[in-house]
Amino acid sequence: MIEVKNLTHVYNEGLPHETTALDDISFRIEDGSFVGIIGHTGSGKSTLLQHLNGLLKPSSGTIVIDGVDITDSHTKMLDIRRKVGLVFQYPEYQLFEETVAKDVAFGPSNLGLGQEEIDERVRRSIELVGLDYNHVKDTSPFELSGGQKRRVAIAGVLAMEPEVLVLDEPTAGLNPKAHFDILKMVQDIHVREHNITIFVSHNMNDIARMSDQVLVIHKGRLAMNGTPAEVFAREEELKSMGLALPEATEIISQLRREGMDLPQDCLTVDQAAEAIAAVFGK
Amino acid sequence: MIRDITLGQYYPGNSVIHKLDPRVKILAALLYIVALFVVDNFSGFIVAIVLLEAVIIISRVPRKYIWRGLKPVLIIIAFTLIVNIFMVRGEVLWQFGVLHITREGLRTAAFVGIRLVLLIIGSSMLTLTTRPIGLTDGIEALLSPFKKIGLPAHELAMMMTIALRFIPTLLEETDKIIKAQQARGADFESGNILRRAKALIPILVPLFISAFRIAQDLAMAMEARCYGGDVKRTRMNAMVFARRDLIASIIFCAFLALIVLQRVLL
Repeated sequence: MIEVKNLTHVYNEGLPHETTALDDISFRIEDGSFVGIIGHTGSGKSTLLQHLNGLLKPSSGTIVIDGVDITDSHTKMLDIRRKVGLVFQYPEYQLFEETVAKDVAFGPSNLGLGQEEIDERVRRSIELVGLDYNHVKDTSPFELSGGQKRRVAIAGVLAMEPEVLVLDEPTAGLNPKAHFDILKMVQDIHVREHNITIFVSHNMNDIARMSDQVLVIHKGRLAMNGTPAEVFAREEELKSMGLALPEATEIISQLRREGMDLPQDCLTVDQAAEAIAAVFGK
Repeated sequence: MIRDITLGQYYPGNSVIHKLDPRVKILAALLYIVALFVVDNFSGFIVAIVLLEAVIIISRVPRKYIWRGLKPVLIIIAFTLIVNIFMVRGEVLWQFGVLHITREGLRTAAFVGIRLVLLIIGSSMLTLTTRPIGLTDGIEALLSPFKKIGLPAHELAMMMTIALRFIPTLLEETDKIIKAQQARGADFESGNILRRAKALIPILVPLFISAFRIAQDLAMAMEARCYGGDVKRTRMNAMVFARRDLIASIIFCAFLALIVLQRVLL
């Protein structure tokens, strides 16, 4: 379980250009949940994610993960990194080794594991991201396609076997097929490992379809926290923050405005289609 | 932390110094540097300090900013001072084993110290009060007479502009990569020099790749907009030699003359 309490982060504290990036944020995430974070560009999402694995220290407030306070200065950094794996935006830009296997091994070897354990983890995480271990292990990561590179980069974080997997816009800049494949992969990993998965996305369809809990960050504050149905029911508020509804919800909302008798909580195209079909008595 | 580097930083302002023609400012800075090497007694330094003080006051650049630019080179200055104090031979004032301090040593150290500090502040006043674009335009204009002997003045200036433009971008990129590798458990702070040097590889490789990618994108974007060097180009902001530039030029020429006279007469 992750418990964030009164998290505040101020950049350049005490200087004339000081800015409050996070302002008194508190929320809880239960074990095994899939959490989506949405917010406008510059709302503080990335700052929040970097706090979750100790890359940034809060100005005030605490983050407790499974009873361990990661904001405590006595907590070892490596223990935090082992608990929480953070996949940055465009993670393929951090690949550097000659072979895929060596690159994926970077994380686990930093944890000080034995060679056998490292090899085993590398194999497992490359397979977990849907690549053929024997096929790719000795190729250079730079010879792979964009989608494959991203898989390798994600494998590099998975190999640390984190209890919490955090992904910052995992599908940014990918073509529709790679986009779909990566999300499918993230979902499969979540089901298999039953970890906490947190992901940031600008695609409301993905957020609505995949997450159990949605956090909305607006100007450094936690504006909403609830199930996708609860969050996307607050259409006006979301739109005033420069956010949108999932396409299906948007269509239903417009049809309701035209006077059709439809339930408000349709999040996916299938749900919307069923609801509309029901009205026509099919 | 990595963003605190103030290399060639511009401090926006609206003072007379800011408005001076970049060509004049570059020449004045060069002249000032030459003068610092001509000086061979303390009274010459007093003249140089007074002039620099005047420039700082007129430019209204906060002293905190100037001080920040000086900080990174303090170690070099300290090192030079120590070497000078202990290495110069002459009348011994104090001795301990092989170490000895001489009157001449102290004098040379003080001299070199003042000269270095004035050099750095003097040249940073140029970059603090001139936009990078103005600076490169100025250099291009000053180098253009050498085009006749085949010096690619425009290309050199363009390269400088691009290099300056991409310093913040690359710093940002470095910051991102460091964080990403830290998230994978990389440790840059412990171990001996060899270990630390090895720890840099996961940063440098992605950084080089990024730099090449950025360069390629930029080249493509320039070609897409038909960039073709300096063939028959006109400028949006042409440099004008105004009356203030004439006055500044006279002041700096007088300054150099004074310094030379002092050296010859005293």
